[in-house]
Amino acid sequence: MGSVEGLADLVDSAITVITCDGRIIVGILRGLDQMTNLILAECQERVFSSKAGVELVPLSGLHVIRGDNIAVVGEIDEDKENEMDVTLIRAPPLRPVTH
Amino acid sequence: MLFYSYFKTLVGKEVTVELKNDLAIAGTLHSVDQYLNIKLYNIRVINEQLYPHMKSVRNCFIRGSVVRYLQLPPNSVDVELLHDATRREARGS
Repeated sequence: MGSVEGLADLVDSAITVITCDGRIIVGILRGLDQMTNLILAECQERVFSSKAGVELVPLSGLHVIRGDNIAVVGEIDEDKENEMDVTLIRAPPLRPVTH
Repeated sequence: MLFYSYFKTLVGKEVTVELKNDLAIAGTLHSVDQYLNIKLYNIRVINEQLYPHMKSVRNCFIRGSVVRYLQLPPNSVDVELLHDATRREARGS
């Protein structure tokens, strides 16, 4: 019952990925492997800023994110997602991961 | 392998994970794997005003390589036992 196997049951559901450089990418998980390399479809980057609301940048095509660059994978909760408008959130962007 | 086994005994407990990007996430430890990747349920981000980035997330997976600290509930840590176990591991017996 490893966590990577735990991610396997998120396949085909909406997830949010925080990368090591501090970007936030939302998409549908299509596949993964033991190194946490992820395949994402219908991606969108959420760019946070303290001066304006969140900017949604659509990313076309299928994305493969290398496991090395992944910090957190979050399961998007539909109820929580629907009750808020992300474009109204103002916050400084996340800092990159420093090893 | 010692800490993998040790963290497995903490499954179900409330822990706080501080990441190397200064984000701290509290939640119920759901699982740990051999890379010390962590899965937390019912998460709460510490200082949510500053970090609303995960507002729509309830359960999350944290890659072991980005974890800086794991804060454990004090009453679930037997320091003596852990101390002995680490020494035994260091001796390789």
